[in-house]
Amino acid sequence: MSKTTLTRRGMLRTGAATGAGLALPTIFTSGASAFTNEPGDSEVVLGFNVPQTGPYADEGADELRAYELAVEHLNGGGDGGMLNTFSSKVLDGTGILGRKVSYVTGDTQTKSDAARASAKSMIEKDGAIMITGGSSSGVAVAVQGLCQEAGVIFMAGLTHSNDTTGKDKKANGFRHFFNAYMSAAALAPVLEKLYGTDRSAYHLTADYTWGWTQQESIAAATEAMGWNTVNNVMTPLASTDFSSYIAPVLNSGADVLVLNHYGGNMVNSLTQAVQFGLRDKQVNGKNFEIVVPLYSELMAKGAGENISGIVGSQNWDWKLEDEGTKAFVQSFGTKYGFPPSQAAHTCYAQTLIYADAVTRAGSFNPCDVAAALEGYEFDGLGNGPTLYRADDHQCFKDVLVVRGAENPEDEFHLVEIVEVTPVTQVTYPPDHPMFAGGDLGSCNPGA
Amino acid sequence: MDAIILQVLNGLDKGSAYALIALGLTLIFGTLGVVNFAHGALFMLGAFCAVTLQRLFTLSYTVIDETQTDFLGNPKKVQIPYVESWFGEDFGHWLIDWSVPLAVLFAIPVMILLGFILERGLIKHFYKRPHADQILVTFGLAIVLQELIKYFFGANPIPTPAPEVFQGSFDFGVLIGFPPNAIIYPYWRMIYFVFSLLIIAMVFGFLQFTTFGMVVRAGMADRETVGLLGINIDRKFTIMFGIAAAVAGVAGVMYTPINSPNYHMGMDFLVLSFVVVVVGGMGSLPGAVLAGFLLGILEAFASMNWIKDIIPGIDQIIIYLIAIVILLTRPRGLMGRKGVMEE
Amino acid sequence: MLGLSKKDTRFLLIVIALTLLTPILLQPFPEGSGLAQFNAGYPDLMQRFAIFGIFAIGFNILFGLTGYLSFGHAAFLGVGSYSVVWMYKLLSYNILPGLILAVIVSGIFALAIGYISLRRTGIYFSILTLAFAQMSFNLAYSVLTPLTNGETGLQVYTDDPQILAGENSPTSPHLFGIVMRDNFWQPSVGGWEFTFNYGYYFCAIVAILAFYLSLRIFRSPFGMMLRAIKTNQTRLNYTGLHSRPYTLAAFVISGMYAGLAGGLLAAMDPLAGAERMQWTASGEVVLMTILGGAGTLMGPVLGAGFIKYFENIFSKINDSVLHGWFGWMPDGMEDAIISVSHFFVGKSWHLTLGLLFMLVVIFLPGGLVEGGQRIARMFRRKKTSDSDAEHHPKPAPHVGE
Repeated sequence: MSKTTLTRRGMLRTGAATGAGLALPTIFTSGASAFTNEPGDSEVVLGFNVPQTGPYADEGADELRAYELAVEHLNGGGDGGMLNTFSSKVLDGTGILGRKVSYVTGDTQTKSDAARASAKSMIEKDGAIMITGGSSSGVAVAVQGLCQEAGVIFMAGLTHSNDTTGKDKKANGFRHFFNAYMSAAALAPVLEKLYGTDRSAYHLTADYTWGWTQQESIAAATEAMGWNTVNNVMTPLASTDFSSYIAPVLNSGADVLVLNHYGGNMVNSLTQAVQFGLRDKQVNGKNFEIVVPLYSELMAKGAGENISGIVGSQNWDWKLEDEGTKAFVQSFGTKYGFPPSQAAHTCYAQTLIYADAVTRAGSFNPCDVAAALEGYEFDGLGNGPTLYRADDHQCFKDVLVVRGAENPEDEFHLVEIVEVTPVTQVTYPPDHPMFAGGDLGSCNPGA
Repeated sequence: MDAIILQVLNGLDKGSAYALIALGLTLIFGTLGVVNFAHGALFMLGAFCAVTLQRLFTLSYTVIDETQTDFLGNPKKVQIPYVESWFGEDFGHWLIDWSVPLAVLFAIPVMILLGFILERGLIKHFYKRPHADQILVTFGLAIVLQELIKYFFGANPIPTPAPEVFQGSFDFGVLIGFPPNAIIYPYWRMIYFVFSLLIIAMVFGFLQFTTFGMVVRAGMADRETVGLLGINIDRKFTIMFGIAAAVAGVAGVMYTPINSPNYHMGMDFLVLSFVVVVVGGMGSLPGAVLAGFLLGILEAFASMNWIKDIIPGIDQIIIYLIAIVILLTRPRGLMGRKGVMEE
Repeated sequence: MLGLSKKDTRFLLIVIALTLLTPILLQPFPEGSGLAQFNAGYPDLMQRFAIFGIFAIGFNILFGLTGYLSFGHAAFLGVGSYSVVWMYKLLSYNILPGLILAVIVSGIFALAIGYISLRRTGIYFSILTLAFAQMSFNLAYSVLTPLTNGETGLQVYTDDPQILAGENSPTSPHLFGIVMRDNFWQPSVGGWEFTFNYGYYFCAIVAILAFYLSLRIFRSPFGMMLRAIKTNQTRLNYTGLHSRPYTLAAFVISGMYAGLAGGLLAAMDPLAGAERMQWTASGEVVLMTILGGAGTLMGPVLGAGFIKYFENIFSKINDSVLHGWFGWMPDGMEDAIISVSHFFVGKSWHLTLGLLFMLVVIFLPGGLVEGGQRIARMFRRKKTSDSDAEHHPKPAPHVGE
């Protein structure tokens, strides 16, 4: 196992026999411990499970940077980042409950199987007490289920499907990132303001679970304000050429195209939609518009100039003005030379929130940690006042509506913030039909 | 009616991409008898030739602009491309704007050279080895090539727009009496279609009308006899591999404005291009082209809404379905020869 | 013994011993040492070794013996997994009904796909199988979501019927109360930690049975017939023999092996993801078999272990691990070594795998088994007659010839 030292010049670990017998780890829970992977007195291991190969590898790399930064700050290194702005002050830079934080990493490959294998290896081999990360909802749901079975806490990374805290919610799983419903709820008023209430929307939807929940949410929200949904067309996930789906849009009577796509799908469908000249056209006497419900910095970068003027939503953006954001951007930017993405932000925040909950609970026991997280309200992590709702383990906070910049001054200013939609507008009851059917179950400490 | 014309256009465009990749694949298979799983990677490398050229043109020096600040509050570093300071802003900007079409000229020598190196250094040693070994070694090569690209360019798609004059779209429908907006088609896709027809014609012309092509065709039919006639067929085959790599490469270059290149785009096309080649018939160049366009058009039709309403998900499986039907009715694909790859 | 020759019996006993001792053999380095990173003796990976070993053994019955290269075996893997999870959802977490169903359903699938695909040979056969598998994957990921739960993967929910589940029955996969996830012995000897896991031993026993069956098939007249098909199908047909029933039987058997492997995957970890059916998964088993040595008995198992080891161990070597290893070096040298290592480990583990594929194929045409034999020969300094030697694939004739 890799008990990684975090000081750069770590102690000598290459001699195979030297370490033998010195640090007998407490992994491989025996009957004596109260919960899975109870940490020893000196060290606690966190598992960072991010895509390192496959289409989301760059997003995964950014998540990993954020995790490394968070670990550094938890162990008292660097400038402390958001530890200084976090409303809870129990974290003091001495690790978690006096134990030095170390970490192991794994590759999800953005496949549920590989992600579970990697998470299992971190739990079984490396003794990780908490698993976090991921860049897609399929992986998040799969790993969340695994953590529930194994009895460790899962702090989801980037996952936007309603299901993660809806029908697939689990007592051991927590999500800081926003979801499809919130995106739609935040976007609708802005769309109304920009494009009016008399619009006909044509949806292109990636044909898998996330795409469907995103489409369902945005269609419901826009229809509620008077828009008409002309058509919803499913596109195969593996598509790279969307021309045959985009070409009929102009002639369908729709004057808005909603792209329920993410990652490479979104980059290609948006680029091609712009190529087809949709943005230059007039339909029903109105300018044709394109909406991308979920934005990310990396996708904006991939789509280049095509995103200018396109509206979407984000969980967080580095250009926010609050203290938490400033502190985070400062320490991330200083360390890596560019501003963090929203994926990096949510991962950093999740690590801090977990560490804080353990400290407040005074225990690493997943059930105690879960209890400390449930219903917890905090501030200073970049999103304003935030609530971890007990009913479904979803964070409730403001949502950003953003728009692609017309003339970006550099590659970091590709999107501009249009509006910060307050949390009250995006809150929904725990039994909302789009989230129905799930059962949190009870927390599982394993062992 | 307009919907059908529109999907024919889309199909021709998809088909030209399939046909170009399948053409190179068949060229390598037909001449060298090698099943090249790295062919998708060659297409991807071509696309990254465009990215590289774009990067070269935008290679910049930094000027510190005290009046502006960057995101950390330090003085802002402004990047000015060398080409703009060397050749003046206008021509420099033109170069950057036209980097994709110019990359075709850049990609041809690069890909031919790469093809030579690969053939001499690796593929040559696999002529007598079982197809399974060829598949494994070229698959390994494909992984290595794409991981190298990922290492240097990252996993995220990289925008490579077409020159400004070719952006936007053209209203076809108005020309033939439809109302406006009924049949619009992007300029660049039309260029891609014409370009691929040109490449296909060039390859066929080359094989048909040059002495070199004649020898290669003879070699495809009976390598041993041609060798006995005292012709250095190996040298010819090396050049053929280079040409096939270049065809894949330029196909990749021209495809970048349609599909922002990323490191795994080759793998995305690999399976599809094999299906195309096999449907066309192993070793048959006209078959590969025909199958490319056929599958492209049928795929475009399958994504029409009313067809999807009747058979949900048909656009996900249409290519494979057609492949099965064709292979069951025509044992060796559309134009395959007997005995090739049936072992 | 057991209908095997003396040499085969010895071979089987060695395989059994190796399989049962895996938890010890894969844990060669003491905990806390830098090299412990390379230990692989934890339950999940050991289970995967056994399961993908079964998958590859089954694939080898088709490819190694008849030479038919299927690019669609992942479909059977996926079908097996879905069967098991559906049995969890409907009956209970007992794995036995699911595994039986997995073998049956994948057998039926294999019969249908094989019946159609085997009408063609060579690459046309490969593409037909690929087409069927890709169709299954694409549909499972999207349109068939009610049946497969799509992207997320099929899993058990608390409101599933589970009609056979009793009040106190385990809430994770088990065999009549023996919970697969549990470890029954975790000794710590000196600095060494060992984990003995029920799930692994269940897989191991199934794998040994699967291996034994494949050994019997290899040595049987049926196996001989399959090899004759590989050598020259046309000539075989001229002797008046109809070869397709034999190839179809081999296809169905190997499909059932794949279904069993898929079922075991779900038996160890109750989730069935659609990616299991993707062409890359089909390609993986092809690579495992060729890498290890197609047509040999042990080769595919070695190949499976090799690939899974890389996937799970090399991908986890990150910067801080590297710094831990090389921290004792002078700064410049450390940074240089670490930046070179970046090419090969962590997020670049694919590159290492690709390079190794190439090296193995270039220098060891017979796969890892041949490598082992060469080493053995070097030590013995005489020509050995390893039990496997006679089953090397014969080089296929060059198409141009």
